[in-house]
Amino acid sequence: MSEFLSYFRRDMLPHIWCPGCGHGTVTGALVRAIDRVGLDKNKVCIVSGIGCSSRAVGYLDFDTLHTAHGRALAFATGIKLARPELKVIVMTGDGDCTAIGGNHFIHAARRNIDITTIAMNNNIYGMTSGQYSPMTPKGMYGTTAPYGNLERSFDLCELAKAAGATYVGRATSYHVPLLIDLIEAALKNKGFSVVEALEQCPTYFGRKNKIGGPVEMLEWLKERTVNVKVASSLPPEKTEGKLLIGELYNAPAPEYTADYDEMVDKVQRRFDSFQGGIYGCASNSD
Amino acid sequence: MTKNAKLMQGNEACTLGALAAGLEFYAGYPITPSTEIAELCAEELPKVGGRFIQMEDEIGSIAACIGASLAGKKAMTATSGPGFSLMQECLGYASLTEVPIVIVDVQRMGPSTGMPTSLSQSDLMQARWGTHGDHPVIVLAPGSVKECFELTFRAFDIAETYRVPVIVLMDETVGHMREKVVLPDPATLKPKRRLEPDTPAGYLPYAADEDGGVPLMAAFGDGYRWHVTGLFHDEAGRPTNSGDSASRLLKRLMRKVEKAAPWIEDHFEESLEGAEIVVVSFGSSAMSSLSAVRRARREGIAAGMLRLKSVWPFPDELVKKATSGARRVIVPEMNLGQLVLEVERAIGCDVTVTRLGKVNGELFRPEEIFSAIEAAL
Repeated sequence: MSEFLSYFRRDMLPHIWCPGCGHGTVTGALVRAIDRVGLDKNKVCIVSGIGCSSRAVGYLDFDTLHTAHGRALAFATGIKLARPELKVIVMTGDGDCTAIGGNHFIHAARRNIDITTIAMNNNIYGMTSGQYSPMTPKGMYGTTAPYGNLERSFDLCELAKAAGATYVGRATSYHVPLLIDLIEAALKNKGFSVVEALEQCPTYFGRKNKIGGPVEMLEWLKERTVNVKVASSLPPEKTEGKLLIGELYNAPAPEYTADYDEMVDKVQRRFDSFQGGIYGCASNSD
Repeated sequence: MTKNAKLMQGNEACTLGALAAGLEFYAGYPITPSTEIAELCAEELPKVGGRFIQMEDEIGSIAACIGASLAGKKAMTATSGPGFSLMQECLGYASLTEVPIVIVDVQRMGPSTGMPTSLSQSDLMQARWGTHGDHPVIVLAPGSVKECFELTFRAFDIAETYRVPVIVLMDETVGHMREKVVLPDPATLKPKRRLEPDTPAGYLPYAADEDGGVPLMAAFGDGYRWHVTGLFHDEAGRPTNSGDSASRLLKRLMRKVEKAAPWIEDHFEESLEGAEIVVVSFGSSAMSSLSAVRRARREGIAAGMLRLKSVWPFPDELVKKATSGARRVIVPEMNLGQLVLEVERAIGCDVTVTRLGKVNGELFRPEEIFSAIEAAL
């Protein structure tokens, strides 16, 4: 870890997360991926919303923005469009990303704006003590689903893909080397990228669902996932009900801020001889 | 007439004021009666190398503006009542994190979807108290097309100088009305910009004089690597649960605007000298008021008028002084009593105040206000 400590604001530590939480593992994977890509620390901006996972940005030594609940992608869109040369990363929890922030998520994907989104999915609202989220599997428990969750959950990766994301991957806090690889590829994609990181929340989700402590929860994550590369060669009973992990979609496409830059060039060339100055646009001049 | 004379709409003048102030970024969502501002920004910003984006809603719009401002750009959004309601949470965010942005609210009739194309001035209190928690607010209210230009320009100066969100509170009539205006030569304008630190070494993003100081603001991407949070924070921007620290921060934010108030304060007055009846108004209501007051003077009635161009922070002393010799104060406004509450508070019980509220979506006719003046005799 020590070689990566330079990516952390040590005066902000220790972190607020519970013992056995998966957020530290995912945050560690992100800085390892940033290190591998060799990004300039001064040109990376990390944005988050509200929730346990969103506290991660405070510990990281970049320009960091801890915003309002669900709005990280909207703030990030403003930053990226204002300064396209920055590498903009969003860290968001499952409630933040798919409930209150769901609309911003699909629209950021639709635009294919160059933002890398790390969706930290522990299937529960941790900060408020264990309510079910849009990512809580049907039938599982939360403090607001005391008789079992009746709602169906999203497949976040399918949602991202359908909405227009150009890079989509999923890993877990158990499959850390894979998680680092996916985040690295996501950072390299010029467009909207999503890496869903399935994680354990032993304090609330694990306890409420009697899965056990952090170790048992990591086992649970391992059991309920299967790598996309082997899934097709397995008999159906081995993959049924399991989530695919690995690179799920990679289809580069024109990126929004680059397209905007191009439009600005064209417009400025066209209006080079424009005499009106800033007032020339008044539609009814005399 | 000079060659800069134009016939234009208030919404158009507002946009030109923003561009003259150095607008670089606009994010918004279509809503009547503010949409022309977005349309003109979409057309003009690319010409000056700026950026326009139509977001998925008004929450995203204000959020994108805050992001762009943190990245060092002058940013604005424009909306009307329903969108302004959606923006309230992030308005508080900009206030606590001290991010300069300009929000234009072209008021229409509410509550709810209301009457989208009808005149109203009923967001006055929402502009002050719409977001949760104690917070300072600066609101400017243009009363003519030319003022839409001037006050939007000024809103940027104030936002940049004090690191605050500034609201330009227009209304449907002011926004859609067309007038002939002569705009200033842009070369003569000197828009202000936020003060930036010189070096990242030892940069404390929220270090400022406790007595209403304004901290220096770095831009994201310039090597400062600073942290911004909507949690209460210390001078380094680190979240804190310390009550003392939170109290210091909030008091500094309030004091900041309190100290700026004399510079922010702006008004128009007519015939206040010796006025026994004083009409206090703002925005489009004040246009009808002015006409009524002039008629009253012509008919020998000692009437005067005070029109507030800056409504928040509320100019207590100004209102008190303007009404000090009056027997009666009349407050015409396109709502059922908002400005009048502040006027009554400011002047106390010494003078009788007539509430002249109107909510049918139609601009006051001067006769209505003149009748109120006559009735007060």
